[in-house]
Amino acid sequence: MNVGLFVPCYIDQFYPGVAVATLRLLEGLGCRVAYPTDQTCCGQPLANAGFEGESRGAMQLFVRNFEGCDYVVAPSASCVLHVRAHYGTLEQTAAVRHVRERTFELCQFLTDVLQVGRLAAAFPHRVGLHESCHGLRGLRLGQASEIHGPDFSKVRRLLRLVEGIELVALDRPDECCGFGGTFAVGEEAVSVKMGRDRLQDHLAHGAEVITGTDMSCLMHLDGLIRRRKLPLRVLHVAEILSGGAP
Amino acid sequence: MIEPFLALPVVDHPAAAARFNADEARTDWHDRSIWHAREKRDLAARAVPEWEALREAASQIKVHTLSRLDEYLAAFEAKAAANGIHVHWAKDAGEHNRIVGDLLDRHGARRIVKSKSMLTEECRLNPYLEARGIEVVDTDLGERIVQLRGEPPSHLVAPAIHVKKEEIGALFHERLGTLEGATDPQYLTEAARQDLRARFLAADAALTGVNFAVAETGGFVVVTNEGNADLGVHLAPLHIACMGLEKIIPKAEHLGVFLRLLARSATGQALSVYTSHFHRPRAGQQMHLVLVDNGRSTHLGRADFRSALKCIRCGACLNTCPVYRRSGGHSYGSTIPGPIGAILTPGLGLEKYRSLPFASTLCGSCSDVCPVKIDIPRQLYAWRQIIARQGHQTAGKRWAVRMAGTVLAQPALYRLLGRLLRWALRTLPRRLIYHRRNVWGRHREVPEAPRQSFHAWYTRHRTKR
Repeated sequence: MNVGLFVPCYIDQFYPGVAVATLRLLEGLGCRVAYPTDQTCCGQPLANAGFEGESRGAMQLFVRNFEGCDYVVAPSASCVLHVRAHYGTLEQTAAVRHVRERTFELCQFLTDVLQVGRLAAAFPHRVGLHESCHGLRGLRLGQASEIHGPDFSKVRRLLRLVEGIELVALDRPDECCGFGGTFAVGEEAVSVKMGRDRLQDHLAHGAEVITGTDMSCLMHLDGLIRRRKLPLRVLHVAEILSGGAP
Repeated sequence: MIEPFLALPVVDHPAAAARFNADEARTDWHDRSIWHAREKRDLAARAVPEWEALREAASQIKVHTLSRLDEYLAAFEAKAAANGIHVHWAKDAGEHNRIVGDLLDRHGARRIVKSKSMLTEECRLNPYLEARGIEVVDTDLGERIVQLRGEPPSHLVAPAIHVKKEEIGALFHERLGTLEGATDPQYLTEAARQDLRARFLAADAALTGVNFAVAETGGFVVVTNEGNADLGVHLAPLHIACMGLEKIIPKAEHLGVFLRLLARSATGQALSVYTSHFHRPRAGQQMHLVLVDNGRSTHLGRADFRSALKCIRCGACLNTCPVYRRSGGHSYGSTIPGPIGAILTPGLGLEKYRSLPFASTLCGSCSDVCPVKIDIPRQLYAWRQIIARQGHQTAGKRWAVRMAGTVLAQPALYRLLGRLLRWALRTLPRRLIYHRRNVWGRHREVPEAPRQSFHAWYTRHRTKR
């Protein structure tokens, strides 16, 4: 199958290793992956700040880049949710509808489309999973703690396929980290406090590594970790699942 | 349309939240005590196998009712009147206050006891009545505490959740004569109870809110944990109940859905201690009910935001909200705080409340916890679009966003600026990166800037094959 790799802008610029890991993981699982080189951003940063109109050019570019792909896969739940939920404001051409339906977050794609049951990866560390809100409650990658129903987590299931990994339990398994796009600067005090509290939860349970589907949450947490020199590091879930993480 | 806080300056949620966070230990305490309510709610909800079906039923009943609000209100009025309840209509807070004040005057009532009612907070009834020479005593313990402190409630069901027991001890020592330094909740509650008992006995009238009004029966339901509504109403010769238009439900059997959800969502109780059904005045008593619009019918006309009127004021979205728990109810500057306040209040004044829809990470927990399934994050997003479109953002922000929009639509320009940004982050001295206006960098490091983007890596390693 022909998979288009969508690399969100901030991953392209700051975390190229995450995109490389995603590419290698997908190729290792037998996908033919194309990377449309004229991609930029899904437009979410502008739209969440209230400027959906100003993000129209970015949205249209996204659709042009990916309309020819069977699937679009991105290592970011938040960007995928934006394409699926908010591209409804564009004129619903066949191309827009196709892209909205066929854009997948990486773990969602591995689970629902590829139905991955084995991975060639080992990671013998204590890992805390940060359930990014847009993945958990937007894309329903797992059961949110508020909902009364069977427990599941697509991300956790995939991580359990990794040899030697030890997933730590948290006191608050799915509280927001406080990133929230422009919230991180617009509401800086609360954002920082939320991030500190998440880190404390992971530290208290002996996590060495925090992983998740969204590098944006992890970028925020990593900023706090490095400033405070905490004994923690962040890795995108693609880096662990691809077997490339040190 | 009158909102009590409208006269005050523009609400600056980030600034108020920053002040709240200046005391980190207190922020932690606030977060933990409210998170405890969320944990209790989870336990209570999980004990009900059909919980999700109940939420869906409640949502559908409310959607249906809102679609025929006029019919159900008229039916309710007719039934209530036939039962002997005097029904009044108030188009706004001013009219509501006048109706209540005139009723009290007509009955010569000078001292009244009031059980918990967010509507009378919204209408600023207390200062209005006090200006007319009437003594108003809030009888819910939390409400009484904030009344004595001279401040509004900070939470829908726990008005004084932001106050520590040591502060209540000092307040009661000063106002109720309790022992200095006393902090034992049992002792302090008993002191409040004794003080209130005398006021209940002396009251000329009792005011209550309304949790649900039933169109089919013309009756209404008031839910409390302290029995204070009942004590007031059963002693006084005049009962005035105040309700917002959206409190109506079609049938008595629907109470079986809402009452099971309300207390569990609010406090984790299976049922509140007192669920009192009022249908008609007792012999010798007069019962009045004031139906208040105060902007609700306008809100009903906003298709994108109408469903916020489904709210049953359980406060679960406050308890679960990571922002509310770390910024406090007062930071919202509105009668209804938290996520639900952030979608209801902008309709009362966009300029004044423009920061509220941004006081959220759009994490979605509020929507998943909501017993009537209000899609709060979608509405926050929609308010943001309106706020930006109407120009309630700074010129600087609008310019920056327009620039970003242009850059993100032009891949070559995006790549060039990305390279420049990474170069600058690698090259500039630290003090130039972490300058005063780098808000991100006050408490966080910026990401380490790699030499090549993924695009550059891909071009080098993959396109030359």
